[in-house]
Amino acid sequence: MQTDQVNLKKQAESAAKKKAAFGEDFELEKFEEGSKVSKPIEDLKTLDEDSKRTLLQVGVVPSEEGRSGSLLVLDNAVSHSSLRDKNVELMSTQKALKKYEWLKEYSWKLVAVDTDKYTAKTYLENADGYFIRAPAGKKSSLPVQTCLLLGSNKVFQTVHNIVVVEEGASLDIITGCTAKKGVEEGLHLGISEMYVKKGATLNFTMIHNWAEQIGVRPRTVVHVEEGGTYVSNYICLKPVRSVQMYPTVKLEGEGAVTRLNTIAIAHSGSELDLGSRAVFNAPGTKAELISRTITVGGRIIARGEMIGNAKGAKGHLECKGLVLTDKGSQLAIPILEANVDDIELTHEAAVGKIAKDQVEYLMARGLTEDEAVGMIVRGFLDVGIRGIPEELRKEIENTITQTAFGM
Amino acid sequence: MLEIEDLTVEVNGKTLLHDVNLEVKKGYINVLFGPNGAGKSALMRTIMGFSEYRVVKGRILFNGEDIIGLSVDERARLGLGIMMQRPPDMSGIKLRDLVKVLSKGQRDPEVLAENLDMKRFLDRDVNVGFSGGEIKRSELLQLAVQNPNLYLLDEPESGVDLVSIEQVGMTIKGLLEEGLNCPGESCEKGKSALIITHTGQILDYIKADRGYILCNGTIMCSGNPLKMLEEIKSRGYEECIKCRLIK
Repeated sequence: MQTDQVNLKKQAESAAKKKAAFGEDFELEKFEEGSKVSKPIEDLKTLDEDSKRTLLQVGVVPSEEGRSGSLLVLDNAVSHSSLRDKNVELMSTQKALKKYEWLKEYSWKLVAVDTDKYTAKTYLENADGYFIRAPAGKKSSLPVQTCLLLGSNKVFQTVHNIVVVEEGASLDIITGCTAKKGVEEGLHLGISEMYVKKGATLNFTMIHNWAEQIGVRPRTVVHVEEGGTYVSNYICLKPVRSVQMYPTVKLEGEGAVTRLNTIAIAHSGSELDLGSRAVFNAPGTKAELISRTITVGGRIIARGEMIGNAKGAKGHLECKGLVLTDKGSQLAIPILEANVDDIELTHEAAVGKIAKDQVEYLMARGLTEDEAVGMIVRGFLDVGIRGIPEELRKEIENTITQTAFGM
Repeated sequence: MLEIEDLTVEVNGKTLLHDVNLEVKKGYINVLFGPNGAGKSALMRTIMGFSEYRVVKGRILFNGEDIIGLSVDERARLGLGIMMQRPPDMSGIKLRDLVKVLSKGQRDPEVLAENLDMKRFLDRDVNVGFSGGEIKRSELLQLAVQNPNLYLLDEPESGVDLVSIEQVGMTIKGLLEEGLNCPGESCEKGKSALIITHTGQILDYIKADRGYILCNGTIMCSGNPLKMLEEIKSRGYEECIKCRLIK
């Protein structure tokens, strides 16, 4: 174990300057380290009104109503953790690592510390984050909510999350990543390692709501065992400087299934480099990677990759992008790779403007042009979040309506 | 209600309709016959105001007002409603949501859909994967909510199986006769319609008042719709073109 850590440290140090494969290169030295201590917040309801609103906009409910537990990371400190449902475990990653010796086998096992300078920094900072575990066969009836909040200007936040859904268990997580009002510049580095064991299900919904000068570099790898299901919904509708991520789902057990949905809007000055990757390492595994993006002035790069390494794998990749102004751009990059026979991987990509005939069809029913476009855009994004639990979907739909259209 | 005068229309610089004259009086149901490619759908879509169709000459009067400068939605709000033959797929928009928006909360989508046997389609995306008959019923459901004064129906029977055709026909009859106690009231209170038909099957359900024949982008003649249909069935449209040439 000791040598393991020495090795990891060496690897991380060697990658301290390593640029990421994609996206704008942020100089970490230009940011201060976010504080690792903060006054504990006993009750999220006691937050000021602005902060409560900030949380609500990313699906994090300050009253904790309808949630089985809540954890808040403010800059680099876990400042709130509460649990209502005993069918799930929730605590800070550092606390969990102290509590469970076995957790070392899960930490930095999926995400390589030397992936790039952001993972290296997060390792070297010994970052905290959330640990969520659903014990075997347990199902929390309500989602766990976590919030990663940038609370200070010009700091970097490093977060390390570990999620373990044990055999036959089922877990829903809503993670809201956002910045306090007035925090305009900063950097968020978030490592997430998720394990979905045999026959287990994890529904993971992540809502981003940053500010115009914030850089965001999540690094997520998910390991899914036999008969397991991992569903991810990623939503980013507000201005941000740059998000670059390429979450990877490794389907390691027979019949494992994943669906990754992405819906995003790129505003002027935003660059969203959003990928999804599925690796089929076991027979009969399935994946669907769906992306629905809109630019209203920013740049979107929608990547998608499926790598078929086992027979009977089946996957579909769908990237659709709308360009609503001349200033924005959409780039769709689908990659399909089949390394054995008996594999079925397909993709469908389309970028362009809203079809005039659709707009006029609705106008012929009496809707104004703006109403027609609004309805089409909402419908367009809605397709990106289909197949998720009804309750979650309603919340996401509300978020779309509120944040994107101010309705 | 609707008067079309010397209308000439282009699409992408190509003339599709020229010097079209046609009228639909209030409470009248008029039928537009014509071979494939004659320009029937183009005429209907021009009346509705779809942007592809550029009016080069002529006027379209609706209740005495020239509507050529009006947008599609302005025309819809004046009381024009179209049943399209091939409406676009509206991916992501559920029929239920569209009906709700159109009815502005006035009517219950469930009840309307029940009448048209469309309940199971309420949670489907509008037109996506719909069969011919389903498209017609979905269009009629939307029109029922929209409640226009002038119905523009583009081949309501095309692609509909024999069982569904009665339903489609009776629904259209119901919409057109809504609120009428007797035929005598139709000029005062009745709905008007312009219906494109190929086969004339729809005339089994609706009493049409006047027929027009459109060939090669212009109106050849007008008259009693049932007699015209008989003539077309026995002699085809070739005779109309010849007849016009002689005139």
